[in-house]
Amino acid sequence: MTALLEIRDLHASVGDKPILQGINLTINAGEVHAIMGPNGSGKSTMSYVLAGRDGYEVTGGDVLINGQSVLEMEPDERARAGMFLAFQYPVELPGVGGMSFLRAAVNARRIEAGEEEVDQLAFVKMVRAQATKLGISDDMLKRAVNVGFSGGEKKRYEILQMALLEPTIAVLDETDSGLDVDALKIVSDGVNFLRAPERAMVVITHYQRLLDHIVPDYVHILSKGKIRKSGGKELALEVEESGYAGIDDAA
Amino acid sequence: MAATTETIEQLEQATGKYKYGFVTDIESDKAPKGLNEDIVRFISAKKDEPEWMLEWRLKAFARWQQMESPDWAKLNIPPIDYQDSYYYSAPKQKEKLASLDEVDPQLLETYEKLGIPLNEQKMLANVAVDAVFDSVSVATTFREELFKAGVIFCPISEAIRDYPELVQKYMGSVIPVGDNYFAALNSAVFTDGSFVYIPKGVRCPMELSTYFRINEQNTGQFERTLIIAEDESYVSYLEGCTAPQRDENQLHAAVVELVAARDAEIKYSTVQNWYPGDENGKGGIYNFVTKRGVCRGDRAKISWTQVETGSAITWKYPSCVLQGKDSVGEFYSVALTNNMQQADTGTKMIHIGEGSRSTIISKGISAGKSQNCYRGLVQMQPQAENARNFTQCDSLLVGDRCGAHTVPYMVSRNPTAKIEHEATTSKISDDQLFYCLQRGICEEDAVSLIVNGFCKEVMKELPMEFAVEAQKLIGISLEGSVG
Repeated sequence: MTALLEIRDLHASVGDKPILQGINLTINAGEVHAIMGPNGSGKSTMSYVLAGRDGYEVTGGDVLINGQSVLEMEPDERARAGMFLAFQYPVELPGVGGMSFLRAAVNARRIEAGEEEVDQLAFVKMVRAQATKLGISDDMLKRAVNVGFSGGEKKRYEILQMALLEPTIAVLDETDSGLDVDALKIVSDGVNFLRAPERAMVVITHYQRLLDHIVPDYVHILSKGKIRKSGGKELALEVEESGYAGIDDAA
Repeated sequence: MAATTETIEQLEQATGKYKYGFVTDIESDKAPKGLNEDIVRFISAKKDEPEWMLEWRLKAFARWQQMESPDWAKLNIPPIDYQDSYYYSAPKQKEKLASLDEVDPQLLETYEKLGIPLNEQKMLANVAVDAVFDSVSVATTFREELFKAGVIFCPISEAIRDYPELVQKYMGSVIPVGDNYFAALNSAVFTDGSFVYIPKGVRCPMELSTYFRINEQNTGQFERTLIIAEDESYVSYLEGCTAPQRDENQLHAAVVELVAARDAEIKYSTVQNWYPGDENGKGGIYNFVTKRGVCRGDRAKISWTQVETGSAITWKYPSCVLQGKDSVGEFYSVALTNNMQQADTGTKMIHIGEGSRSTIISKGISAGKSQNCYRGLVQMQPQAENARNFTQCDSLLVGDRCGAHTVPYMVSRNPTAKIEHEATTSKISDDQLFYCLQRGICEEDAVSLIVNGFCKEVMKELPMEFAVEAQKLIGISLEGSVG
């Protein structure tokens, strides 16, 4: 069986600085993988490289979705192919109405798939249904994208977008950062609700606490641009106990 | 002979009803090249104008001859040879096409993107428009309805003949013939334009649009528009053609005068998309326009909303003279320049009346190698007790080869008057762009979304049907500005 996402000996640089130094990872549909690691280990870089952001240059290796390399694809093409990145720091778009933004995103995927564009009324209903689950108010939906949102609201809004776009691969970059306990619960419930046999998730986090809520099938420890250790969910607890010190030598 | 007959037929088709003693000599359709007193007399005679109108034109021409082309704007204007132009020619007729199938598909694609209705597309592409649509159904219905309400809406040449007392009273009362170089030129040689009169207490039952007028007659390069709103009346006027004008470098020097009496309101909206020239700056319209409104009466209100995306060079400052007590002036502007376009645009708010208020919201977007300048004057006269102004001036840069400039002038001669000015300059950030791309939105759509968001405060001032078009227009005008 072809893996949904396969990362092969991936090397990447930002500017002249090599950050990722040979990452190997195979993720099958239905699985949730956690990537843990200390600050500066390359976690966020990995998420940007997967999404194809400008300035993050792949210097070696490959990234395959369903066996097809995506390195030549633009970020928007990858997104329409089913890749979703929940941002650590969601970006404000002043004046851009939330509804028109969400609809543009949903329609872009539909057009790609050869489907009809979503009807406006049906779309509003669809968004409201998802928003209610995530505790997102109508008022928040009317505002400009991420403008004036609190940290927790921004993260919930990311999960709302994920729910609407129904990606096959979701990468969540430090979705827990800046969240209090209640917000963490709402966001985690939202993510858990989206776990599905046809969908894979990559949960990037610094702390183990998120993984109490979103329980992963596999945990990988990333340090200095390489995966140093992999294991089951118990590996996260190990890290919680003894910290990241010593991990580098383990590989 | 055959050619002559054909020309008349074409003219009749173009003008709908050419009834003013057309001379069959084909040579006389067009005045000789150049500009002199005889040409001014020729135009006036062609228009069958009364003596007073001719004198007015000649006075303007005399003034113009003594004036210099203004050079204070941040514009690089190549010298214009005024003797190398035609100032009167019968509406230029391209060959009429039988159906849309014969029209350049690229042109149709653009219309499609703009969402221009099919019949309008035909008209713009010079396809003979179904007479039922053109002159009977639409035109007649709106004419009847307006007539019932007592509203006058007609070509200005018709108004000069049919309502001379109104025209004499108001024309040039807001923008005198010698106001500026281009206004003087317009006053001498204007050939077309609209006239609107809203009687006391009447709320104009529909949005008036030049589109209806274009149906009747092709508008000229030197348009002159005069709108008069009597006490307690209201009118919303839409001007603009969102079709690309494919043409050589051409001077478009229009004059628009608005007069709002006590408790009257005039809302004037423009979407301007004249041909901007190609990406190397070849061709395009010089859009040198003088627009001014005066709030004569107490609590009168004049609101200018403009979306300027076209023209090679724009020189335009729609202004308000706030004479009446508690009168209100508003200016909402989006000016977008791309490639080699230049724009120097803004407004003047002259506060005279006690308690007069004005709001200026200007959004400038520069892309490509273009230069975009906001220039605005807020002036508080000594009588303007407790007058207030709020100005917000935002510039957005797309790419790193363009320029944005803000030149606000503020003059306060009354210590109780308040003037506020806020300004920002920003760029579309890589973060914003990547965020949109990551949601599957392609780069052009992403830029269009972000820019439209930036302009939102102005766009919401446009009448609904215009707003949708204007939004699309912004997307189209930005094409090729990224990547």
